Amino acid sequence: MSEKVLMKGNEAIAEGALLAGCRHYFGYPITPQTEIAAYMAKRMPKVDGVFLQAESEVASINMVIGASAAGKRAMTSSSSPGVALKSEGLSYLAGCDLPAVVVNIQRGGPGLGGIQPSQADYFHATKGGAHGDFHMLVLAPNSVQEMLDYTYKAFDLADQYRITAMILGDGILGQMMEPIDISPKEPAKLPPKDWALTGTRGERKPNIVNSLYLNPEDLEALNFQRFERYRQIEEKETLHETYRTEDAEIVVVAYGAASRIAKNAIDLAREGGVKAGLLRPITLWPFPKKPLRELADKVKAFVVAELSMGQMVEDVRLSTESLRPVYLSAHTGGVVTTPEEILEHIKQAAAN
Amino acid sequence: MAIVFEKPKALADVTMHYCPGCTHGIIHRLVAEAMDELDITGMAIGVAPVGCAVFAYNYFNCDMAQAAHGRAPAVATGIKRANPDNIVFTYQGDGDLAAIGTAETVHAATRGENITVIFVNNAIYGMTGGQMAPTTLLGQVTQTTPYGRTEAANGYPIRVAEMLATLEGAAYVERVTVDSVKNVRNAKKAILKGFQYQVEGRGFSLIEVVSTCPTNWGLDPVEALDWLREKMLPVYPLGVYKDKFAQEVGK
Repeated sequence: MSEKVLMKGNEAIAEGALLAGCRHYFGYPITPQTEIAAYMAKRMPKVDGVFLQAESEVASINMVIGASAAGKRAMTSSSSPGVALKSEGLSYLAGCDLPAVVVNIQRGGPGLGGIQPSQADYFHATKGGAHGDFHMLVLAPNSVQEMLDYTYKAFDLADQYRITAMILGDGILGQMMEPIDISPKEPAKLPPKDWALTGTRGERKPNIVNSLYLNPEDLEALNFQRFERYRQIEEKETLHETYRTEDAEIVVVAYGAASRIAKNAIDLAREGGVKAGLLRPITLWPFPKKPLRELADKVKAFVVAELSMGQMVEDVRLSTESLRPVYLSAHTGGVVTTPEEILEHIKQAAAN
Repeated sequence: MAIVFEKPKALADVTMHYCPGCTHGIIHRLVAEAMDELDITGMAIGVAPVGCAVFAYNYFNCDMAQAAHGRAPAVATGIKRANPDNIVFTYQGDGDLAAIGTAETVHAATRGENITVIFVNNAIYGMTGGQMAPTTLLGQVTQTTPYGRTEAANGYPIRVAEMLATLEGAAYVERVTVDSVKNVRNAKKAILKGFQYQVEGRGFSLIEVVSTCPTNWGLDPVEALDWLREKMLPVYPLGVYKDKFAQEVGK
């Protein structure tokens, strides 16, 4: 039995990255994710790693591009306004087929917004996140343990598919503390990085990391290739969790911190005689379309609980082909929803 | 028959896309010669900019990355920090390095990143067809300063070498040009030194090369060189602006 350690969600992300062998972290301070940078600043020198506080979010993501192009596991983290600044780099990472892990501990927006928890960057994370045709693989943990576990997994997925894996958390998950297991994990078998820039050493042709293709047919062919990889990700890597859905009439769909609140609402609903359940997407892209479509044949209605004006709700409507009513239980701007509020929406859905 | 002149090995055997009379070709050659002489091509990783030199990734026989506009020094930082044994250089124009990438340039220099930056200053945006650059001269007519650059509307040209020389982190900053045989030789020496310093772990080097853009200046190649000498060099004087290790390595 491994010993448990009490940790903040943000620190667990940093520890997960270190366990995954990430030795290159490039950051910039912004609330509520700064503990990741602080943890890395302390730990990296002790494991012969690189911690660098960049001059901007833009520079830090480009440093990640450099380190990743050089064949190393690299990470940056930020919160909403900072992730917006990183968008240019997210597109270049995709265009260059470079693996990277990027963390967004979301806060309220738009603009400078606030510093309280939010899920308002769902669209940004799951619908591309910048210019051009591409996806990121988006993981949404809902506990401190999962912050570590999915950060660790994000590095493997990024290397496996040469994609940016994003950890989409929020201020609640980043700041809360839970006891977690930080013991080492079994390393995955991954393809060699024979594309990396390490110097030809006179032994091979130069490697080029580039996203410029002036011939549209070449660019289209490359995008087709990339989307074939995305299709494989959708097929093999989609993750979700269900809670009390077996006999459920009303299914709440929620991710991250909101999914924990939703669980309480479901228990309250059951106590009150309403058969409620939860489907919690763990990967937001790829989105668990299949299990949602299957539930649509069995349930009466869906309630989407999210800390935004309603972003994931669109994917739920698409996935369920709008076969059942989809209600929205929303808070925004950093206001956190309560189990009672979600319960009200469950009751309303059951009554209609 | 003795070979007296040949293509540097570090230069790829491809046709470059540069316009007739453009000095990028000479500067590419000097970078390649420096790599040959120091025997570092196998360890070198170059970072191409956005702008006329974007295709530099096809022109050197070493590993290359292509960076977003202005971000080459940040990408180079990531590469160098990941693989400190590699010799990492960026090749950037004035719009890339001194406008959109000013922050990345200044901070790579102030951190003393052990990289070599080749900065090509031709006072104009070339690739997009001749717009005002941060280095465009006062009075210079461009597509976006059709009545000439004015202090009131556009401010003054940025002198990058002078600016970076004020930073403690910068090890070596020199401004050169390639308008004559003598100056090409000086430029070669400077570029060689920039790479040499990196090999010796001395930190950040930037070699600013005052360059021509006959196409967008609307001049023929010979007139362009005259314009460079008459108009640009008074604003951008040649010389060593910073050499932290001058005494140690001797001149």
